[in-house]
Amino acid sequence: MSVTQISQIVTANDLRSGEVVYLRFAQSWTPELTKASVITDRDLARASLAFAQGQANVVVGAYLSDVTVEADGPRPSHFRETHRSTGPSNYRHGKQEI
Amino acid sequence: MYHYSNFDHAFVAERVAQFRAQVARRLDGSLSEEEFKPLRLMNGLYLQLHAYMLRVAIPYGTLSSRQMHQLAMIAERWDKGYGHFTTRQNIQFNWPKLEEVPDILQALAEVEMHAIQTSGNTIRNVTADHFAGAAADEIADPRPIAELIRQWSTDHPEFQFLPRKFKIAVTGSPHDRAVTQAHDIGLRMTLQDGRLGFEVIVGGGLGRTPMIGKTLSPFVALEDILPYLEAVVSTYNLLGRRDNKYKARIKITTHEHGIDAIRQRVEAQFARLKPAFAGADWRLLKDIERHFEPPKFKSAGAPIAADHSLPQSPAFRAWLDTNITAHKAPNYAIVSVSLKKPGATPGDASAAQMRALADIARDFGHDELRISHEQNVILPHVHRADLPQVYHALRQADLATANIGLISDIIACPGMDYCALATARSIPVAQQIATRFQALKLEHDIGPLKLKISGCINACGHHHVGHIGILGLEKAGVESYQITLGGDAGADAEIGTRAGPGFGADEIVPAIERLVLGYLQLRLDRSESFLAAYRRLGLEPFKALLYPQSRKAA
Repeated sequence: MSVTQISQIVTANDLRSGEVVYLRFAQSWTPELTKASVITDRDLARASLAFAQGQANVVVGAYLSDVTVEADGPRPSHFRETHRSTGPSNYRHGKQEI
Repeated sequence: MYHYSNFDHAFVAERVAQFRAQVARRLDGSLSEEEFKPLRLMNGLYLQLHAYMLRVAIPYGTLSSRQMHQLAMIAERWDKGYGHFTTRQNIQFNWPKLEEVPDILQALAEVEMHAIQTSGNTIRNVTADHFAGAAADEIADPRPIAELIRQWSTDHPEFQFLPRKFKIAVTGSPHDRAVTQAHDIGLRMTLQDGRLGFEVIVGGGLGRTPMIGKTLSPFVALEDILPYLEAVVSTYNLLGRRDNKYKARIKITTHEHGIDAIRQRVEAQFARLKPAFAGADWRLLKDIERHFEPPKFKSAGAPIAADHSLPQSPAFRAWLDTNITAHKAPNYAIVSVSLKKPGATPGDASAAQMRALADIARDFGHDELRISHEQNVILPHVHRADLPQVYHALRQADLATANIGLISDIIACPGMDYCALATARSIPVAQQIATRFQALKLEHDIGPLKLKISGCINACGHHHVGHIGILGLEKAGVESYQITLGGDAGADAEIGTRAGPGFGADEIVPAIERLVLGYLQLRLDRSESFLAAYRRLGLEPFKALLYPQSRKAA
């Protein structure tokens, strides 16, 4: 049993569009952070990342990212990930167009 | 302007076809990302924060109206209806889809443009004075030599895997508008005993280790310049460090070996190389020069179409004051079109604005446009009688902001709104500062002030050479903004001095306001610019404006 609790998601960019995507337990990708699956187990985190990295024809540059879990879903621990999850602040482009 | 030869057309077409096949192989799984990444970077395609980004070269910043129209078409058809002009005279499209990029490259090739060598450890887009060929103060048009360098450096087999990226800037004027001292090689045109040549500066650069370039040679004759450049780059290619990317630029090579040792090696190499060129470069230059014949300027006495019904409004006069520069031809002016309307994103132009600029250039500007490293668009050849109509047309396109060289004419990199390398956002800071000073209505009173913002230490926003520089960093998990003061991008370039601890995102605009309003109290009179006052008084009084609390505590 791990001493410290982890709270992570797997994120990457879509190969074709470049859009930020998140891994779900169903081994599918979602553009919405709120639908990302939160991983609390280190072994599962390693396995999920390995799965994501094996999806070379679907996504690019997969990595684990720390989150906290709020009522509306995972929230990034770092502001860079917050920007990735929302889109640029100068235009309502990317995820803000949905 | 330069038109592609059959060779150029064939070369660019072949590269488009190659990249199309590479993208297809990536999409069908034949190429891994590891294999594909260097191939896409060779064609200017990055994967950024939210999407791919295609960086297209605008060689020495020169565009025709046809090319600008095509950029507008690309922005609308394959992007989100706009483009971002950069500090290296490139245009970046922020939202292309991978499988559509070959079509974009094809569309660029149709108008003699490409994205080759806008990334990677190669010689990048050659930049030049954005007033080249028009400025009253220039010795000669530097663009023929810039085009010669473009041809020489494009796909140069020896220089495709340099230790690090390599940037060259050229100016034909002693008033350096190309920041030549902050480039790997800066070329400054000069005359020696009536002969045309260049002062060759090496080892300048911003980034994490900012350095002002040093003079490698005070004069290299025009006919020697290409073998001399090859000698410099080949010396660096052998000597430059490949063990540490942060120490791989020629500025570090020059710093570690010393300018004298570099010079010795370059001169020996030049002696070896010069005979091999056998004058081929000179013949090519003579051919290129034909493409850069000045336009047929309307003579002063010729009848001029002018709409005298346009009111000479205060807004028009303010625009004339800030956005017009002296031209070498009688009765002509250089028009700088600001892409810095307060609240807008510095350097962005919508497709409609690009079309308007292209049409104005065609109708009133001898079909020429330039992109400046300060992220504005230049109409280099406008007859003074046409200025009211040009102003009117720019106004229609929301492009008549009268702020060139003022505090809201801010250089800002894309920062963390787009860039994968950024540590903080730049665009919102630029928007807020410009909007704030517009509201204060003090901009024209403040006078010339260069404010430059980078969203990370790589300094694409040239913050080190801003009179006021802002560097966005991460500190304790939030965005933090460091201020540097006293930088200068001009002929005697200087790196600014860090003023003190950084400011939070909600503190940076008030800090800049205190600084600039404080300057108004410190200056001798209106003629003393911010930079001049800083040079006279030094850092301390400005630091006191930025950190009033610590002064009280002391």
